[in-house]
Amino acid sequence: MGSLTRRQLLAALLGAPLTARLYGCRPEREPPDSIEGELLGPDLRLGHRLRQPPPLAAWRDAPQRRTRVAIVGGGPAGLSAAWRLARRGERDFAVLELDTKLGGTSRDGRSEVTPYPWGAHYLPVPGRHNHDLRALLTEMGALDERGEPAEHVLVREPHERLFFRGYWYPGLYPYAGASPSDLAELSRFRALTARHAESFRLPMARSARDRLDLDLVDGATWLRQNGLRSERLHWLCDYACRDDYGLRLEDTSAWALLFYWAARLEDGKEAPLLTWPEGNGALVRHLAQAAGERALTGRLVAHIEPSQDEVRLAVLNSDGRRERWVAERAILAVPRFAATRLVPNLPTEGFDHGAWLVANLHLRDRPIGRGVELAWDNVLYDSPSLGYVTATHQRGRDFGPTVLTYYLPLCETDSRASRQALLAAEHGDLAEAALLDLERAHPSLRSVVRRLDVWRWGHAMTRPRVGFLLGGARFEAGHPRGRLHFAHSDLSGVALFEEAFFHGVRAADEVLAA
Amino acid sequence: MGDADRPRLNRPLLFVTVLVIATSGLVYELLAGTLASYVLGDSVTQFSTTIGTYLFAMGIGSFLSRYVKNDVARRFVEVELGAAVLGGLSAPLLFVGFARAESFEVLLYATIVAIGTLVGLEIPLLMRILKEELAFADLVAKVLTFDYVGALLGSVLFALLFVPAMGLTRTSLFFGMLNAAVALLATHTLGHLIAPKVTRALRLVAILVIAGLALLFIRADRFTLWTEQALYRDPVVFAEQSPFQRIVVTRGRSTELYLDGHLQLSTADEHRYHESLVHPAFAVAPRHTRVLVLGGGDGFALREIFRYPDVEEVTLVDLDEAVVRMARRIFGAANGGSLDDPRLRIVHDDAMVWLDEHADAPPFDVAVVDFPDPGNFSLGKLYTRRFYALLRRVLAPDSVVVVQSTSPLYARRSFWCIEASMRAAGFHTRPYHANVPSFGEWGFVLARKLPFDEPAELALRGLRYLDDATLRTLFVFPPDMSRVPVEINVLNEQVLVRYYDDEVRQWDL
Ligand SMILES: Cc1cc2nc3c(=O)[nH]c(=O)nc-3n(C[C@H](O)[C@H](O)[C@H](O)COP(=O)(O)OP(=O)(O)OC[C@H]3O[C@@H](n4cnc5c(N)ncnc54)[C@H](O)[C@@H]3O)c2cc1C
Repeated sequence: MGSLTRRQLLAALLGAPLTARLYGCRPEREPPDSIEGELLGPDLRLGHRLRQPPPLAAWRDAPQRRTRVAIVGGGPAGLSAAWRLARRGERDFAVLELDTKLGGTSRDGRSEVTPYPWGAHYLPVPGRHNHDLRALLTEMGALDERGEPAEHVLVREPHERLFFRGYWYPGLYPYAGASPSDLAELSRFRALTARHAESFRLPMARSARDRLDLDLVDGATWLRQNGLRSERLHWLCDYACRDDYGLRLEDTSAWALLFYWAARLEDGKEAPLLTWPEGNGALVRHLAQAAGERALTGRLVAHIEPSQDEVRLAVLNSDGRRERWVAERAILAVPRFAATRLVPNLPTEGFDHGAWLVANLHLRDRPIGRGVELAWDNVLYDSPSLGYVTATHQRGRDFGPTVLTYYLPLCETDSRASRQALLAAEHGDLAEAALLDLERAHPSLRSVVRRLDVWRWGHAMTRPRVGFLLGGARFEAGHPRGRLHFAHSDLSGVALFEEAFFHGVRAADEVLAA
Repeated sequence: MGDADRPRLNRPLLFVTVLVIATSGLVYELLAGTLASYVLGDSVTQFSTTIGTYLFAMGIGSFLSRYVKNDVARRFVEVELGAAVLGGLSAPLLFVGFARAESFEVLLYATIVAIGTLVGLEIPLLMRILKEELAFADLVAKVLTFDYVGALLGSVLFALLFVPAMGLTRTSLFFGMLNAAVALLATHTLGHLIAPKVTRALRLVAILVIAGLALLFIRADRFTLWTEQALYRDPVVFAEQSPFQRIVVTRGRSTELYLDGHLQLSTADEHRYHESLVHPAFAVAPRHTRVLVLGGGDGFALREIFRYPDVEEVTLVDLDEAVVRMARRIFGAANGGSLDDPRLRIVHDDAMVWLDEHADAPPFDVAVVDFPDPGNFSLGKLYTRRFYALLRRVLAPDSVVVVQSTSPLYARRSFWCIEASMRAAGFHTRPYHANVPSFGEWGFVLARKLPFDEPAELALRGLRYLDDATLRTLFVFPPDMSRVPVEINVLNEQVLVRYYDDEVRQWDL
C-alpha cells in the first residue's frame, strides 16, 4: 500500500473522475503541505493488540477485580446499558472501554472556539412510542415536561443548504432548474414513503417484518421499478444512503432506503432534528454521568471466558498493566468484528463495516461562498462527500472563528480496499482531499484554515446491503449466549444512536431479568 | 509616395489596435447603459436611451473625421488618449456625479456624447491613415472584420468576465488603460507620420494617463467611498466595512447612520426614536440601578439612559466594535459623550451567546433591546422565543424590558410576531408605537415578567418629544396597525425572517 502515489490515494478517496478534475495535472507526490493538523483515529496500537493479544496465560498473575455486570465497550450502546442499570438501581457494574475517551463513533473534540463532533452529530426527535429514549432526552432537558423538544436543541434555521451549479441554495433538494416532472416525482416519492410509515419504526426492532421483498432489491432499482427516474430524486436518495449508511443507493437495501425516510415520519411530518455543538457527544456525556466512576477508559478487553456460573475477562490497560475481571454477566457492546475476536463461533455473515474520513477544519473566519448564508448542514451536490456541519451554528455564534466538520464516507463496494487506502494515507493527503473538495464551493478556503485535523474511521459502521437486514444472521447475532449479552448498533444493521440505545437498554433489561 | 518607399507596417500590431479600440468602445457603451439603469432604475428604457445616444454620438464622430485635414496620425493618437481618459473615468465619474451633480441626466448624456464622439472618430481616422498615408487599401476590409470581432468580444466579456470580476469602476478604469496603451503603441507604429517632438510629448501623456488610471485601479477600494455615494441622498462622510456589516454615515442637513444600507438613525428626529425607546420602560421600572443595553452601540439610547441620576451601572453588549468606534468619533457630541460615561461597561459579543453565558449575572432592572431589523437568520435569532427566554433569566420579577420591534404599519405581521414571541417566552407585554418621520410609524414592545399597566407618567421631565400626555397616546393602536394573527418566531423556524422579507418587498423599503 505504501507505494500508492498521492494522486492514486486521492482517487481512492474522492473517486477517479473528481480527482482528475480537481487535481488536474499537478505533479505527482508533492511534499506534504504545510497545513497544520493531526492524524487521529481509534488507538491503532491497541486495536492491533486486540487482533493478536497475548495468550490468556499471560494474565495468570494479574490482580483480580469483581463486578456483577461487565459492560465491554463505552460507546453509546455500552453507556446506555450502564444508564439503564443505574436508573434501575443496579450499581454493581463496570464499563470497560479500550479508548482513552468514551463515546465510540459518537465522540467529540474541543477547541478554544467551540466543541465539535468527530462522528455522530444529530438525532431526530424520537416518536411518541419511543418511551425510553424520550425519558433520556427529558432528563437532559432536550424535551420539556410536555414532551416538546427544547427550542435551543432543535437544529436552528437555516438548517441546510446545497451547493449546486456554482451557487449555495437553501434546502437540500436541488430545486433550481428542476422540471415539473422532477417535482412530480419528488412528491410521488414522498407519498410512497408516507404510505410505508406504519411499517417502519425506530428502533428498527419495532418495524414490521413482512416486507422482506424490499430487502432483496437495491434502492436504485426499487425507485425505477416504481417509475421514479428523476436524476435529482436519485441524487437525494443516494445522498441519504451515503449520509446514514455510508453506501451508494445501488448497494443499499431498498428496505433501508425507505426506513431512512419513513421511520422518521410522525403524523405524516418529518421529525425535526436535535443537535448540540459537540454533536451526539452531548448524549454520550449525559450517559457517562449516569455511569460515573464505573466507566473505565484505557481498558482493552482481550479475552472473554464464559463458564457455567461466571464470566472471566482478561483486560489490558493502556499503561501496559493487566487485570483479570470476574463478572456474573457481561454485555458486549462492541462492533461485530471486535466481538468475533472475543467470542468464538459468533455468526458474522453479512456484517460489512464501511470506512469513513472525518476532518475538522479550524477556521480563522467564515468561508466565503456564493449564495445563501452558512447553514448548519452544508451539502455539495457534485461530491462524494456529505459536505460539512458548522459547529458554532447551534450556539448562535455567526461571525468569526469556527470549526467545520467534513464527512467523507468511502462507499466503495469493497470496504477492505477503502479501509486500506484510508489507513495508508498521510495527513497531507487526507487534508488535501478535504480541501480540494470544499474549495469548489469556497475558493479562498485555504486562506482561513488555521488547522485541519483528520480522523480515520476504519470500521465506521455496518452497512445495510441488499439482503442483510432481514436475513437470519443479524437476528441471531443479538441473542444472548449463556451469560453473554450483546448490544451495539451493528445488531440493527444501521448505525444510529436510536439503535445503539435500544440494544444497550435491551441488554441491560435482559441482565436485570436474569 | 511610391510603393518602394512605403514603410513596413507591423500588421499584427495593427489588428491588436483595432481589436482594442472596438472592444473598449463597446465596453464604454455598455458601462454607461448599465450604470444609468443601476442608479436611475428602470433598466430597459435607461439602457436603450443611453445606447441610442451613444450610437448617435458615434455618427457625429465619424462625420467630424472629415474635418481633420492634416496630421491625421497625430490626431488619431490624441483621440485615443481622450477616449482613454474619458472612457476610463466614466464609471467613477458618473457614480460621484450621481451624488453631487444638480442634474445627473445632463452629466450622463454629456459624458455619453463625448465618449461616443471620440470612439466614432477612431476607426475612420485609422482607415484614412491606412488608405491615404500608407496606401494600404487592401487592409481596410480586414480592419473592418476586426472591428466587428472586437465589438462582439466586448459585449461577451463585459457581462461574463469583467463586471462580475472587477465591478463597474474597475472595468471602466481597465479599458481606459487599454486605450491609452493603444495610443502609446500607435506612437510607435505610426511614429514616422508624426513629428519627433510631438511623438515624445504624446508618449509622455500616454504614460501619465496609464499611470493615473492604474493608480485609481489599485485604490478603487477607497474610491468606493465615493462611488457608494450613489446609494445615499447626502454626501458620505464615513464608510467602513467591519467584519459584521457595512457602516456608512452621510451628512446633509442632518447626519444619518446606515448599517448594511439600512437607515439606523437620522439626527433630524432620532430624539423621537430614542426617547420613545427608553423612557416608557424607565417609567414602569421600579428601579434603574442596573441597566442592560443590547445592540445600540451608537450611544444614543445610552444618552437617554444616563439622564436618570439613579442609574449606577450600564452594560452595553454590541457585536461590532467598529460601530462604537465610529460613534465616538462622529456622534460624540450628538450622543452626549455617553460612550465614555464611567458608569458604562462595553462588551463586544453576540448578544445571544452573551446572554447564554451570563445566566447567573445579578439581575438587571431595565433591559433596552435595540437590534437592526430581522433581515436575515443571524439577526432573526435575536427575536426568537429562546432569545427572550435567555433574557428573562437576567431579569428580576419586576424588571422591565423594551424591544425595538420594526414598524407596526409597514411590517405589521413582523411587529406582532415579535410581540407574540415575547409572550410565548412568558412575558406580559404592552406594545406601543411612535412617529419618527425618517422611519415612519415605529413600534416597540414593553414587557415584564409580572402583569403591569401602561405607564401614565414619565419619571423624567423636560424631554423634547415625550410628555405625559403624549406618552399615553403611544399605546393606542389604530385599526390599520392592530394585532394580526401570527406564528411565533423560534430558532428552528424563523417565521419572522419570512414575514419581514415579504413585508419589506411589499413596501419596497
Ligand atoms: C462519521 C460518523 C458519523 C455518524 N453520524 C451519526 C449521526 O449523525 N447520527 C447517528 O445517530 N449516528 C451516527 N453515526 C453512527 C454511530 O455509529 C452511532 O450513533 C453510535 O455511535 C453507535 O454506538 P455503539 O455504541 O453501537 O458503537 P461504537 O460507537 O462503535 O462504540 C463501540 C465502543 O466499543 C469500544 N471497543 C471495541 N472493542 C473493544 C474491546 N475489545 N474492549 C473494550 N472496548 C472496545 C470502542 O472503542 C467503542 O468505544 C455516525 C457514525 C460515524 C462513524
